[in-house]
Amino acid sequence: MVKMLEAEELAKDITETPSLLNGKGPDREWMDTPAEFRDGNWAYSAKTKAIESLKMPYARDWSPGDEDWKLPENWKEIISEGFRERLDKFRSFKVFMDICVRCGACADKCHFFLGSGDPKNMPVLRAELLRSVYRNDFTLAGKLLKKFAGARPLTMEVVKEWFLYFFQCTECRRCSVYCPYGIDTAEITMMARELLNLVGININWIMDPAANCNRTGNHLGIEPHTFKTVVESLCEDIEDVTGITINPSFNRKGAEILFITPSGDVFADPGVYTMMGYIMLFEHIGLDYTLSTYASEGGNFGLFNSNELMKKLNAKMYHEAERLGVKWILGGECGHMWRVINQYMDTMNGPTPSYMEDPVSPITGTKFENAVSTKMVHIMEFTADLIKHNKLKLDKSRNDHVRATFHDSCNPSRAMGMLDEPRYVLNNVLNNFFEMPDNTIREQTFCCGAGSGLNTEEIMDVRMRGALPRATALNHVVEKHDVNMLSCVCAIDRATLLALTQYWAPDVEVSGVTELVANALIMEGENEVRDCDLREEPYLGVED
Amino acid sequence: MELVDWLSQKKQDIVREWIRVTMEAYPVEALNVLKRSDNQFANPLSHIISTNIALLFDDLLLGVDPERTTPILTELVKVRAVQDFKPSEALQFIIDLKKILFSMKDETVEGGESMPLEQLRKMEEEIDTLAMLGFDIYMKCREKLYEIRANEIRNQTHMLIRRVNEMDKQKEAR
Ligand code: SF4
Ligand code: SF4
Repeated sequence: MVKMLEAEELAKDITETPSLLNGKGPDREWMDTPAEFRDGNWAYSAKTKAIESLKMPYARDWSPGDEDWKLPENWKEIISEGFRERLDKFRSFKVFMDICVRCGACADKCHFFLGSGDPKNMPVLRAELLRSVYRNDFTLAGKLLKKFAGARPLTMEVVKEWFLYFFQCTECRRCSVYCPYGIDTAEITMMARELLNLVGININWIMDPAANCNRTGNHLGIEPHTFKTVVESLCEDIEDVTGITINPSFNRKGAEILFITPSGDVFADPGVYTMMGYIMLFEHIGLDYTLSTYASEGGNFGLFNSNELMKKLNAKMYHEAERLGVKWILGGECGHMWRVINQYMDTMNGPTPSYMEDPVSPITGTKFENAVSTKMVHIMEFTADLIKHNKLKLDKSRNDHVRATFHDSCNPSRAMGMLDEPRYVLNNVLNNFFEMPDNTIREQTFCCGAGSGLNTEEIMDVRMRGALPRATALNHVVEKHDVNMLSCVCAIDRATLLALTQYWAPDVEVSGVTELVANALIMEGENEVRDCDLREEPYLGVED
Repeated sequence: MELVDWLSQKKQDIVREWIRVTMEAYPVEALNVLKRSDNQFANPLSHIISTNIALLFDDLLLGVDPERTTPILTELVKVRAVQDFKPSEALQFIIDLKKILFSMKDETVEGGESMPLEQLRKMEEEIDTLAMLGFDIYMKCREKLYEIRANEIRNQTHMLIRRVNEMDKQKEAR
């Protein structure tokens, strides 16, 4: 009997001597391989209305699938000028253009590359799409040596390639963790998207929520009264499950704390269960807080768009804090809201309104030193502190039907370094918690495949291949520990991971962490028999 | 000698070649990087392909049985169905096995036995059956993607849909 090679050995063997069986010759170099637009690999262009309402340039009807993108005549000059401006303005951008030594350490770290096998999704090559033009236009070597120095001129093909691949980067920053020079491809993607914006190339899924948020305060464009009614119907659901009536306040001046969360928690399934969780938690501890129907969105799609828009949408939260006269802001389970707060808020919109106070938990007295400059505390820090001080009455066994794992969302983990708090909370509210493999969690976490405004349905193919690394790790704990719940602290992930599980791991559900906290909360005055969780699933041992 | 016995003896070479050909759907630049890691989580694509091609070959030797074969083939097709391939490209790897077998027809196994060629036809039929099964799975995957897209739109506006429904009910009651 011939000994079978281990699968791993075989994998290694694949590329040593490429077979010529299927007639493939050596491949062309990436620079000579044009970008191909196929259904499912490009996102819809932004609608004229959204562009106009944000006062951005070149609103027009066009589609990335068309040959003619109807760009302004002088698009080349506009991009070139924008490139130069940004090189001058952002020192990091210039450095990132110059210092990459093409060591390749980042090459196999991107989920889109790992799931697609497309070399242009290697972070180093993604950046090279921009860098090649930089060399051509802004460096002497590039000007003289052209292609030999890795330089190429800016053409329409290049612009189309930028569109495909910079909207196939979720700005997750996994690659930057491995770069010896700290090059952050996410920031390169941000610059590329800004350059595309200059000539009116944008995607609807980013522009539309941003325009809505600018207009009504949230991504869906929901007006204040509807926002309020929806939260109230969630309170009715809480009453159905627990028997407790809760009436949260809206736009209440003089409240101690303003609570802001992504609108996905208010409107989307399964985010709504996390929203119910917050409301129950605050009731449980008697928090003096209010919700705003104007700052009704924690998310900030400006981050995926341009500096200016990010700044504007971020500022709205602080205006509202000022109007209501709250001491500080408590923020819900969101991903990129925290990236903006943590990395950009201070320089963009700081300092905070002068009478706002350093955040102190009114329940435990803990001062959140890390939030002194932004005056905004993350719900996980807040909850972990409550648990640490024994302020929550919890019955873990109420979550015994849940076998959970935790997905570190890119922004809270890599951009914020919040790794332990959610785990601490989870371990205190449920008995069955299992980690995914080490090289797929914490700083090394794999993206859901749809962050940075790519959570739009028409590119589901792209998203699903980008989701493959996360799904592989998830399926490992499903097989090993019967995991049935993928928890996370990001509202976008609660939507995108659901698509991921439906395709790759159909028996797994998705939840926020606060939902699981609320399941375990023993609320004062609750029904004598509390027999089901927030989704009205019966607790273990209770007959359906 | 039975073809199945001959194939069992040649298993290692065939599987190795089959994996290689399957991976060649990806550009050389990608393969050069993908070969760096054989960790299942750091390099899921190579791992899924190599593990399941090996399983699929074993399975094929027993004869295609939808119930037994589908889960293995699904692991492969599910990945291909979301990558940037046309349907024919996505499933090409199944048909490639035929070419591999033909390319080996002059080889001998221990004891000097050569491939019992007259039985090769039967094997080709098995591979055709596998390809048809692959096509069904591919279509299911694509349908699933459409379903997920529709679900997502509905989930995003879950509370608004619910509110509209409630208002409709109230209107009816009046
Ligand atoms: S930031 Fe994330 S998505 Fe973008 S290239 Fe790096 S790893 Fe890939
Ligand atoms: S790891 Fe850093 S230096 Fe190395 S190729 Fe990637 S970006 Fe360039």
